[in-house]
Amino acid sequence: MCTDIIEKASVSGSGKGPDGWFSLRQANVYYDHPFHAPLDHALVIDFVQDPDTPGHRVAVELSFDSAVRLIEAIRAALDSGVDAHAQDLHAPAAAPALEAVR
Amino acid sequence: MYPYEGMIAETIQFQGDGGDSVSAYVARPLGTTGPLPSVVVIHHMPGWDEWTREVVRKFAQHGYNAISPNLFHRFGVGTADDVAAVARSQGGASDAQVMADVEGAARYLRALPTSNGKVGTIGFCSGGRHVYLAACSIPSLDAAVDCWGGGVVARPDQLNEKRPVAPIDLTDRMEVPLLGIFGNEDRSPTPEQVDQTEAELQRLGKVYEFHRYEGAGHGFFATDRPAYRPEQAVDAWGKVFAWFERWLSA
Repeated sequence: MCTDIIEKASVSGSGKGPDGWFSLRQANVYYDHPFHAPLDHALVIDFVQDPDTPGHRVAVELSFDSAVRLIEAIRAALDSGVDAHAQDLHAPAAAPALEAVR
Repeated sequence: MYPYEGMIAETIQFQGDGGDSVSAYVARPLGTTGPLPSVVVIHHMPGWDEWTREVVRKFAQHGYNAISPNLFHRFGVGTADDVAAVARSQGGASDAQVMADVEGAARYLRALPTSNGKVGTIGFCSGGRHVYLAACSIPSLDAAVDCWGGGVVARPDQLNEKRPVAPIDLTDRMEVPLLGIFGNEDRSPTPEQVDQTEAELQRLGKVYEFHRYEGAGHGFFATDRPAYRPEQAVDAWGKVFAWFERWLSA
């Protein structure tokens, strides 16, 4: 289905595009038709610096199962990272939550 | 000897909403003085993409002048996917702007020297919803084809500033003959929503024809997706061309 549903998360960090690294401000996330992946629907994440300028993004299109595995991997990596670098990070429960807004 | 066949396909600018110069992709048969029918192809949410352009050329192959206005023109210049990403992040184009752009694209087609004066419109997915709106709000159009437009039936919480009215609530204003193509496994629109739309068209005595396909879901024309259903798609394309032949012949 074509929808205009989108979840937006403010993020800080860096992404690497064809012109090199740039700082990130926002992640746009939706589950809808992909542009490139040969799937009917995909979990799309656009990591963007300037949400209003075409091309300033790092984009991924993932199958549903892949997206679930990625969520699990991110959670596992954060958990193990907290264990290894407890002096730098808060406990997992207090890890920065993505602020989803419509 | 086979007759000459040819077409020109190119990007052009036309006057859209608010007098804006809007980009569009146009395909026209060559080697004919016409008169030819015309079709406005309304792209889906993924944008003014390769598949949309293939559809425009398909109509030229079948003897139509066809145009696909870039409904995301105002979101910047870039590849279709990059511009569509910006459009989505800003909630897409408003219904009012899309209708004005479609009307402008139809004017462009009517002004072509080979035009027979008749213009239809076809749209896919979100473009199918736009077609339903166009059938209700642009009476100068001569035919409309809604391919699995989701959101024709909408709850109040699904409406917003850019999409203030559920298209089904405008059905009483529909003056354009409407063809609907749907897959019974679609979830947007669901078969129940298609039932609801058809009931409203019947209640108001509108000129319409719906074709609903078993074994097909959303976007079953898309040859590069798992959703492609060749048997249903071939039949449905036949229905599309028959509809335009019926209503767009001079």
